[in-house]
Amino acid sequence: MGFFEKLKSGMKKTRDNIQEKIVSVLNSFTRIDEDLMDELEEALILCDVGAATSMKLVDRLRGRIKSEGLRSAEDVKNALKDEIAKLVDFEDVPDRFPKVMLIVGVNGVGKTTSIGKIANLYKKAGKNVLIAAADTFRAAASEQLEIWADRAGVPIVMYGQGQNDPAAVVYDALDSAKHRGSDVIIIDTAGRLHNKVNLMNELLKISRVIDREFPEAQRETLIVLDATTGQNALTQVKKFSEIVHTDGIILTKLDGTAKGGMVLAIKDETGIPVKYIGVGEGIDDLERFNGQEFADTLL
Amino acid sequence: MAFEGLADKLQTVFRKLTGRGKLSEADIKAAMREVRLALLEADVNYLVVKDFVKRISEKAVGQEVMNSLTPGQQIIKIVRDEMVELLGGTRTAMNIASKPPTVILMAGLQGAGKTTMCGKLGAYYKKQGKRPLLVACDVYRPAAIEQLKVVGSQADVPVFEMGQIKPVEIVRAAFDEADRYGYDIVIIDTAGRLHIDDEMMAELKEIRDFAEPTETLLVIDAMTGQDAVNAAKAFNEEVELTGVILTKADGDTRGGAALSVKEVTGKPIKFLGVGEKLDDLEPFYPDRMASRILGMGDVLSLIEKAEAAFEEKKALELAEKIKKDKFDLSDYLDQMQQIKNMGSMQDILSMIPGGNKIAPGSIDEKGLSRVEAIILSMTPEERKDPSVINGSRRRRIASGSGTSVQEVNRLLNQFGQMKKMMKQFSGKGLGKRGKKGFMGLPF
Repeated sequence: MGFFEKLKSGMKKTRDNIQEKIVSVLNSFTRIDEDLMDELEEALILCDVGAATSMKLVDRLRGRIKSEGLRSAEDVKNALKDEIAKLVDFEDVPDRFPKVMLIVGVNGVGKTTSIGKIANLYKKAGKNVLIAAADTFRAAASEQLEIWADRAGVPIVMYGQGQNDPAAVVYDALDSAKHRGSDVIIIDTAGRLHNKVNLMNELLKISRVIDREFPEAQRETLIVLDATTGQNALTQVKKFSEIVHTDGIILTKLDGTAKGGMVLAIKDETGIPVKYIGVGEGIDDLERFNGQEFADTLL
Repeated sequence: MAFEGLADKLQTVFRKLTGRGKLSEADIKAAMREVRLALLEADVNYLVVKDFVKRISEKAVGQEVMNSLTPGQQIIKIVRDEMVELLGGTRTAMNIASKPPTVILMAGLQGAGKTTMCGKLGAYYKKQGKRPLLVACDVYRPAAIEQLKVVGSQADVPVFEMGQIKPVEIVRAAFDEADRYGYDIVIIDTAGRLHIDDEMMAELKEIRDFAEPTETLLVIDAMTGQDAVNAAKAFNEEVELTGVILTKADGDTRGGAALSVKEVTGKPIKFLGVGEKLDDLEPFYPDRMASRILGMGDVLSLIEKAEAAFEEKKALELAEKIKKDKFDLSDYLDQMQQIKNMGSMQDILSMIPGGNKIAPGSIDEKGLSRVEAIILSMTPEERKDPSVINGSRRRRIASGSGTSVQEVNRLLNQFGQMKKMMKQFSGKGLGKRGKKGFMGLPF
């Protein structure tokens, strides 16, 4: 299966849902009127796009209908697709090795699983990958990551139980990476709610250790978001990026019925794009995200 | 946060309406727009919101505005009352089987926090003198069993596991174990699963059918968005839930998912998970959740308290006195005692949105009692006409009330200023407004 097919099949449910909703809205209207606009807004809200962003999108659409003289529901659909594509599109910075990836997020979004998948992705691309188990807090988090490292066939730096200084794990992992000549170092961190000041400070400390110990490496910090999360996702992204510069999002659990529409609002307000999507529990169930394709598959 | 409390927004909508007895349809419509947005921002499901707003509108149109409430508060009260009702009204306790063991089956999506919650429930029951047993039936997620074992040892609750075999077999053996060693609460941890994964849902059903649990609980992340209804509905249809546990409620999400889940399943929310420690478990109170979803302090209880404390008759008398410039220190004392009836200043402040930001201790609770003491040390004549209070009377009052002459002076000055202000207002119909706007509070 090629990349595009995989992306498509992975996002099929997501797409089906949004598509169904929006298309059914469009089909049931022969005229373009305010009712249609209301229904479109509703469809977007149901995808977790959020009231504010939905209204904004529909407002832009309204403007285009006027200025471009759109008549058919089909034209309206294409215009909306266009607006969404514009919103999520981004230009990725090319990889430069060595590269240190810091994976952050709240509890239970799928950080550890995503790390296993990313490790697998880079390993397959022929890179030397090293995983650092800096979630020293949650019970059995290191053990879980170790299993994923095994599956991906990459080494892992972890401490035994009772050791609880994540910054120390990171320090050791970076040291080890330099000796091994690793290309990609992926750091797992404990899930933390963004309103817990102490835990956020701990994250800052980890980030500083990376800057200090490995300044020559390219840094990429990814926040993992659960697609089922609602409007709080925006707050999560904002709060995390106040602490560490955040380059992108891994959107997980898109294989459910959740639509992950809040990434539109996030991109709109913070400019932080989705870089990967998680579409299952298998090690290959992670894909690079492409804004244009995302919009194309949606509508 | 970008979103302010609903209370503030409705206040703005209704500011121009004070004084009117009825709300017009257009007023209600404007208010309902704010209510709708507030609920959507709080992640209440769109369809639930639609239905809810419709019900509220029906209740709000034509209702007479209570004398002491502004229309804004009237609407908030309706919204909140309705929401509390929707959330279950009162707290629902956990069921205990008449014949032990009580079996609790935990189900939910991946990453909702089932395993952690198992540990918390174990600790909760242990504290109550029960003998809980945790059963590890998440045989899929890497290190899930290990995690439950760690959580169990932290809670000092035994964990039953048989590695990665069929979950029903594990439950069967766990029941034997419970029988043999007299465990009276059996908590079954299951793998996180998507509600559209037929195979996994069938497995859950099989576990449920075999275990015949006393409680089948859906564990759901408080931050869940619009999709909460889909998951909750599917789980409820498949395994017939008896209740819901909302986790990660210690975040800053408004938790509208609670409303959605309750609405589509009709099952009560039993607990809130509020942290990563074992005792971070709170019983669920519908009224508190309603306030949280609406983004407001406990304004309504404040209003209710204020209404109870200020007796209508006294308020009218007072208004009359102010009008005739006969407000004296006895009336002042009266008023103060009424405020005290509402509770401590700290309590009152905590109920005002934003009021809990005022540091504890910055309010001088004792100040009020001192003022009270000073007035009580005056003769009736002095209370009626403070101008007779000369130097020697001041000294007498100060020593009688255990305060200083300076404090007596301060009180007399304040009272003098207050009377001056009242004189200015009484010409502008303050009497009509009566107790409204007292102390600048919004009622």
